[in-house]
Amino acid sequence: MTIIIEAKNISVQYGQTEVLNNISFAIEQGDFIGLAGPNGAGKTTLVKTVLGLLPITQGTITVFGKTQKEFHDWHKIGYLPQKTSTINTLFPATVEEVVVLGLLAQKKWPKRITSHDQNRATAVLQNLGINDLKKRMFSELSGGQQQKVLLARALVSKPDVLIFDEPSTALDPKSRKEFFLLIQKLNKEENITIILITHDTGYIGKYANKILYIDRTLVHFGDIADFCTSKKAHPSFEKIDEHIVWHQHN
Amino acid sequence: MDIMFFLHYTFIQKAFFAGSFVAITCSALGLFLVLRKMSLIGDGLSHVCFGAIAIGLFFGFYPLYIAIPVVMVASLLILKISESARVYGDAAIGIVSAVGIAGGVILASVSQGFNVDLFSYLFGNILVISNTEVILSVCLSFIVLALISFYYWDLFSATFDEEYAKTTGVQTHSINILLTLLTAVTVVLSVKIVGVMLVSALLILPAVTALQLAKGFKPAMMIGGAVALLSVLFGIMFSFFFDVPTGATIVMVNVLLFGIVLLYKKIL
Repeated sequence: MTIIIEAKNISVQYGQTEVLNNISFAIEQGDFIGLAGPNGAGKTTLVKTVLGLLPITQGTITVFGKTQKEFHDWHKIGYLPQKTSTINTLFPATVEEVVVLGLLAQKKWPKRITSHDQNRATAVLQNLGINDLKKRMFSELSGGQQQKVLLARALVSKPDVLIFDEPSTALDPKSRKEFFLLIQKLNKEENITIILITHDTGYIGKYANKILYIDRTLVHFGDIADFCTSKKAHPSFEKIDEHIVWHQHN
Repeated sequence: MDIMFFLHYTFIQKAFFAGSFVAITCSALGLFLVLRKMSLIGDGLSHVCFGAIAIGLFFGFYPLYIAIPVVMVASLLILKISESARVYGDAAIGIVSAVGIAGGVILASVSQGFNVDLFSYLFGNILVISNTEVILSVCLSFIVLALISFYYWDLFSATFDEEYAKTTGVQTHSINILLTLLTAVTVVLSVKIVGVMLVSALLILPAVTALQLAKGFKPAMMIGGAVALLSVLFGIMFSFFFDVPTGATIVMVNVLLFGIVLLYKKIL
């Protein structure tokens, strides 16, 4: 299996505070990784570090075999952020304009959006069943609709890896299930590697093949069943009040 | 007086021509500034412009030639202070703005000779714009608009969602620097039209008016441009016929259009 993302002994600090300490893992092509841990464990920090949004203070990260400085094919990684709070809600962007932003990583200066790009956006919106929203203003959509549009933005560049940061928080139970089925389909049928931060531990058990459990440092990386039956699992579950052994019940 | 006769005046033609370019540039840039909550940077930089004009007059240079580089440096300083020190952006604007005004007042006091010239820049007067200033306004407006066009999608992405923009390789820090420098140039150009005191109105009002109506970013840019253009053209016309200050009239037309749009939205 090809290793797509590899972290070796990475540490991250915010000022004087160490947020992540000595974490190592290697994610292979086609993996479906559930990234879990208690609140404040550093899950989002880890994802942002992988994406190059935060600097590492120690260790190395390689993406598709290259260090983050050498790596320029960011279109290979689709990202769905945790909340829409970083989005400017006054911004008068249409859904189509938001989706084509996912193509900017492939563009060279001066960046231009062509009719071919618009067709790609339309195709993704059609696949997600929201093409009727194309000309609507992003800010006027419901939380669930916005989430789907952001998923379309992540998918439009045909990425090899998709990173989701708690994608299901704005969704009702039915939409949540549909959302996870869609992610599973992308993983199984299109061999897209998935990294999923979620507190829906039941869904991790059902869909992920590996778990990356952190609590500022690495607790477990590997097979979920191994984690559930290991001594490491019990104290971790106590903290999150949920249980990952669910996959055996699903 | 007949309106066609009024259009035959060379100074009116020059004012319309230069004013139109600067107004459209302000509206395009203003949209990004308003959406990024950087509206008041125009106000701060215009105060620096006042100080820079004083330097120019003090040393006997053409004031706008001095103002452009000085205001550009000040804009970078605002960015640097807000990034590296524990100072919020609005406080950084306040610091640099105060230095600009204080410097201008001290130089005016020391020189005792150019107070009238300096204070004419406070409220601007596009009707006395020189040929050199027309050429400067048009050329610099072209450059600013061209750069906005070349970096349109980077500016769009960084303004809509800066964090996501970084993940797609948009150099958001460089985009911030570009936006700040373009604002500096535009502020200097606008000082001749509406004066130091009212520059920020030219940046903010067309943008906020457009945001009330637009369904999409490009329509917002077009509506903003149209509002800015109408404000300048009607502002010059009204000021000429009613013998009132041009800069202030342009701003009042802008405010009137904003009010009409708000009323229109309320009725519908």
